[in-house]
Amino acid sequence: MPDVIPEDSVGLVTEQTHRFTEPLQLRSGRVLPEYTLMYETYGTLNADCSNAVLICHALSGDHHAAGYHQMSDKKPGWWDNAIGPGKPIDTNRFFVVSLNNLGGCSGSSGPTSDNPETGKQYGPDFPIVAVRDWVNSQARLADVLGIDTWAAVVGGSLGGMQVLRWSIQFPQRLKHAVVIASAPKLSAQNIAFNEVARQAIAKDPDFHNGHYAEHGTIPKAGLMQARMLGHLTYLSDDAMRQKFGRELREGKLNYSFAPEFQVESYLHYQGEKFSTRFDANTYMLMTKALDYFDPAADYDSDLVKCLGQTECEFLVLSFTTDWRFAPERSEEIVQALVKAGKPVSYACIESDSGHDAFLLPIARYHQMLRAYMNRVATDSGNGGGK
Amino acid sequence: MTPLQLDDLRADLAIIQRWIEPGSQVLDLGCGEGMLLRYLREHKQVRGYGLEINQERITTAIAQGVNVIEQDLNKGLVNYNDGSFDTVVMAQAIQAVQRPDQLLDEMLRVGQEAIITFPNFGYWRTRVYLALKGEMPMSETLPHSWYNTPNIHLCTVTDFEKLCADKNIRILNKTVLDDSHQEHWAIRLWPALLGEMAIYHLTRRPL
Repeated sequence: MPDVIPEDSVGLVTEQTHRFTEPLQLRSGRVLPEYTLMYETYGTLNADCSNAVLICHALSGDHHAAGYHQMSDKKPGWWDNAIGPGKPIDTNRFFVVSLNNLGGCSGSSGPTSDNPETGKQYGPDFPIVAVRDWVNSQARLADVLGIDTWAAVVGGSLGGMQVLRWSIQFPQRLKHAVVIASAPKLSAQNIAFNEVARQAIAKDPDFHNGHYAEHGTIPKAGLMQARMLGHLTYLSDDAMRQKFGRELREGKLNYSFAPEFQVESYLHYQGEKFSTRFDANTYMLMTKALDYFDPAADYDSDLVKCLGQTECEFLVLSFTTDWRFAPERSEEIVQALVKAGKPVSYACIESDSGHDAFLLPIARYHQMLRAYMNRVATDSGNGGGK
Repeated sequence: MTPLQLDDLRADLAIIQRWIEPGSQVLDLGCGEGMLLRYLREHKQVRGYGLEINQERITTAIAQGVNVIEQDLNKGLVNYNDGSFDTVVMAQAIQAVQRPDQLLDEMLRVGQEAIITFPNFGYWRTRVYLALKGEMPMSETLPHSWYNTPNIHLCTVTDFEKLCADKNIRILNKTVLDDSHQEHWAIRLWPALLGEMAIYHLTRRPL
């Protein structure tokens, strides 16, 4: 709990919702007749609506990106180190919008919300959404907020894929795209990791083909396993060595199958924490959106042609020890943008934290993000600040 | 940002910009803080990218509004298409790469023209330093000791012109600057001796 709200925090924030009654045509062919989006905003939208920045969240993220909901909160939002007054995404200059994506489990319509057609919880019947569906729904939220053009759309990992999709799908509705630790599509290895995670959930006897709510259970063991696997792919070998080494919980070997090494209890803790806050059907759905993402597929699998549609400027960042979304994957995006003659800047940031690095306040990373966001502010006529 | 003035540019960059056509596409190898590209954008509507390896400089270049890409020049320019730039610039960096000859080929594959600047090792002070002291020359332009210098392939103006001749590379323009970074009549007579910094404008295009 923060005794006092730090000066560079956006402070106490309030969640907002909007109910959309116009049906949304989905990539899968299905239609969402109506839906709710839960979002937060930080900073003030200026008179000409030119200072809006959209934050797109990753696999397990949500709309609560910065600040606190109440004074008793243990932690601020998931990207609080980057969003706030004087921070790289400076809320003195920008009006920041962060939402929970469709299919999520933090307030936007998803498997845990009620199906208006049946009056019962969607569960596994919530349609599988694709990244482009998210972007379409985000565009409708922009309409509601009076934002015609984003000064920038920013996201890491799965969030970076949404940024790419924005730049292709609505080229005129964003001036800058910040794509962090992302990829133009998943590799077979990445899809394989997702499938192992999904199988862990699906094979949990408490999963009941996704209808666990009706049985009054949750597939906790499956979710834990999925998260443990995910978590270790987000860390690097070095980071794990430094953090845990071979340290033992009780200082000695017990010759039992209970967790003995610190790294084991850490993974258990992470899995446990996740399994109590996250919905299994949402996890299944989000990993599918990751697997399906391949914007070049619509352009004869030619990424250069695909990114040739874009009209914004790009900042692409990667991290040296990220093997889940390796620097080479970011470089594919950069090379395609260069071949398409599009404005792009790129750096691969030194870090031993693996994929997780994109959420950490690494000095060099934040300096670059800040330098770029200053440019975004200048370009949109908001360079003066307050 | 108030636009850069010519005085804000390093002496070699101030000369280079004269040789770049308005509205052209430029690739700047080892672009540093992106001063040249920013100047060219502000005054000549030039579009392009800078390649740089130092992240502090990359951050500054980003802040200057320059498109800068982290890339190690020793790995070549494989990710750039043939003839995709009007001019490829490399200022004060060729002496620091592993294979200057190969990079020169790469520059003229990717660009129609290339502009290169480097410290002339045949400069008279350098010659005197080596002759009299018997030690690897050090100066303001060459401030490092032999064992820690990034300048692993120093050459003279004569060496460089020989390489260009061997490779059938045509010299469109050249100039040398003295140690106060001025061009004057005496250096034009004896550039190989009096020039401290050499600047070459090259192409493979036939006459």
